[in-house]
Amino acid sequence: MIFDGFWVLLGVKLLALTVVVIGGSLVIIYAELKVGAHMQNRVGPYYAGVRWGWAQPLADAVKFLQKEDLVPADADTKVFKAAPMVSLMGTMAVFVIVPFSPKLIVRDLDLGIFYALAASSLGTLAMLMAGWSSANKFSLMGGLRAAAQLIAYELPMVLAVVGVVIQAGTLSMVQIVDAQVALGLPYVIGGQAVGFFIFVTASLAELSRTPFDMPIAESELVSGYMTEYSGIRFTMFYLAEYAGLFAAAAIASTLFLGGYHFPGLDVEVWGPFVLLAKVGALAFLMIWFRWTWPRLREDQLQSFAWRWLVPLALANIVVTAVLKVAL
Amino acid sequence: MSSGGGRVLHSEARVSVELQTPEMTLNIGPQHPSTHGVLRLVAKVDGERIDSVEPVVGYMHRGYEKLAEVRTYPQVTALLNRIDWTAGLANEVPFIIAAERLMGVEAPPRAQYLRIMLTEMFRISAHLLFLSSYPLELGASTPLMYALREREHVLDLIEGVTGGRFHPNFNRIGGVKPAAGGGKGQRTVVQDLPEGFLEGTRRAMAKVSAVCDDMEALVRGNEIFQQRTKGVGIIPAEKALEYGVSGPNLRGSGVRFDLRKVEAHLPYDRFDFEIPVGENGDCFDRYVVRLEEIRQAARIVVQAVDGIPDGPLRAKVPRVIKVPKGECYVRAENPKGEMGYYLVSTGGRGPYRVKIRSASFSNISVLPWLLEGVLVPDIIAILGSLDFVLGDVDR
Repeated sequence: MIFDGFWVLLGVKLLALTVVVIGGSLVIIYAELKVGAHMQNRVGPYYAGVRWGWAQPLADAVKFLQKEDLVPADADTKVFKAAPMVSLMGTMAVFVIVPFSPKLIVRDLDLGIFYALAASSLGTLAMLMAGWSSANKFSLMGGLRAAAQLIAYELPMVLAVVGVVIQAGTLSMVQIVDAQVALGLPYVIGGQAVGFFIFVTASLAELSRTPFDMPIAESELVSGYMTEYSGIRFTMFYLAEYAGLFAAAAIASTLFLGGYHFPGLDVEVWGPFVLLAKVGALAFLMIWFRWTWPRLREDQLQSFAWRWLVPLALANIVVTAVLKVAL
Repeated sequence: MSSGGGRVLHSEARVSVELQTPEMTLNIGPQHPSTHGVLRLVAKVDGERIDSVEPVVGYMHRGYEKLAEVRTYPQVTALLNRIDWTAGLANEVPFIIAAERLMGVEAPPRAQYLRIMLTEMFRISAHLLFLSSYPLELGASTPLMYALREREHVLDLIEGVTGGRFHPNFNRIGGVKPAAGGGKGQRTVVQDLPEGFLEGTRRAMAKVSAVCDDMEALVRGNEIFQQRTKGVGIIPAEKALEYGVSGPNLRGSGVRFDLRKVEAHLPYDRFDFEIPVGENGDCFDRYVVRLEEIRQAARIVVQAVDGIPDGPLRAKVPRVIKVPKGECYVRAENPKGEMGYYLVSTGGRGPYRVKIRSASFSNISVLPWLLEGVLVPDIIAILGSLDFVLGDVDR
């Protein structure tokens, strides 16, 4: 009874998703190491895996597995141990609605993008949990910064998506791509350039990547909410960070860059590759930011979000809605 | 946590009620990724805002003033190298000159030029270290690699002459050590500067100027960098003078005071260079002043390369050095600021008493005043901009 179609299908989907997400994250980690190295006149990983150091992320993962799993004496043990799992879970859950091709999707939910935004917020909850439970002042400050950042940036992010939703008239990810195909242009050119800018900026903040990496802020808060983590639990956070980057890039590609569709290529065959190529381009952009920019201050981030991004996103919605009705 | 944990009536509960939360004591250091060593700051913080900061120094106290009393004059320089280790040689020079003044010895011109050249090269090296580490503290890791790569050229040259990269131990009373270079197996020949040193220096200075241009474009012009540093950590000129702040930190506040111009211990008057000053005394100005100082130091080095006279590296001094009875204070403009030695001799082979006035110690004394009311991220920005070295603070 357990092995009927539904469960088998679910199992296969979960397995495939895990492989894709973790594999993709490892590739992005490798890209971060290598791209960052070249931007800094370094060679980067070189020896692991005989050539180009391609096995460096794997070697790192194995190394982290061997490390002792330390839990601080004063920590809130249950929360401390749960936080990395919540972090990884929230990120993985987003991939349920990422369409790699019209058929290659775990579940094309009607609520699609709405679900993705909700699930991705779990990651910030995990940061707050980690920060609070570590019994470390630096961790606490990191966790609180993450919470403040979430409140500031979730709003412009949602508002940026609203523009897409108005233009496409649907929340489903597949149908949003279809709408872009029907328009003949990806939304980044076809009306939502401002939304794309806001979405990417807010994603950077939500992923706490440079220039919004205050929750980690090595030079200020040692390692922020991750300070007390070691071994496999640190690995989970680390993986979740890059899986989150993967997810954000995938969603941005789908919403604004036409997702799996590329003119002249058959979506059933080339869809996944097209999407991964777009993800790669966006991931490169985010890596590029990381290695070139300093970080903002927490209050500057807040004022940037509330004084610029939110009004901009609202204006974007108004313009989109007016044009939608007018045209 | 409202007051006393008593029952709060609904009528009393308002949105505008200010929560009374106890302030948190945050220990930044002695081990923290961005304090340049073992400085400890005990900060009382209210959220991200600092109420008060108390610097705790002494974790690196090595007792050099006392150690100097039980060493001979030539031995002391080995200790002095390690005070401000980013500019080892610049620490030796004023001490040696103090001893020379008491003895009535003067180093030959070639040695004096070499001292100037190496001091300025150490200044470049120390400031390049600042240029690389300061953006790192603000979260940008790439300038580190760019600046340190060029610093390596300068350190290679220093190593070629002195034999050491950080602790050259190169000055002798009456001149400098016969240089390490000179080629293979030339112990019997009179040793001088290594082959190609002067040409190599000229090339390295061109590279240093080029990396300054890079830094100007990449870091100084960066919008985020300016947001993080402009208007942050302002030291007004009168406050800087009150606290005895010196060096680039003082000049960042707009005070045009440089000991190289005021009372030079080396023949700086033969060189043409400018003293860059800031306007507002904020972190950005201190950064810019150091950036400009690298250019000026490179200018001095190139002039020294052009004008270095021939002659011996060391004056005639007795084999056993005894400094006549007397007292002397010599101060110099080191990369971190004013470095002074008060030397008391009773005629023996070693100093009777040495008082070391180091720049970083006075520079960080302004911290409790400066850090009051700033945000936690600004602590790091301000600490970095003061550019202190813990060896120079604790001695």
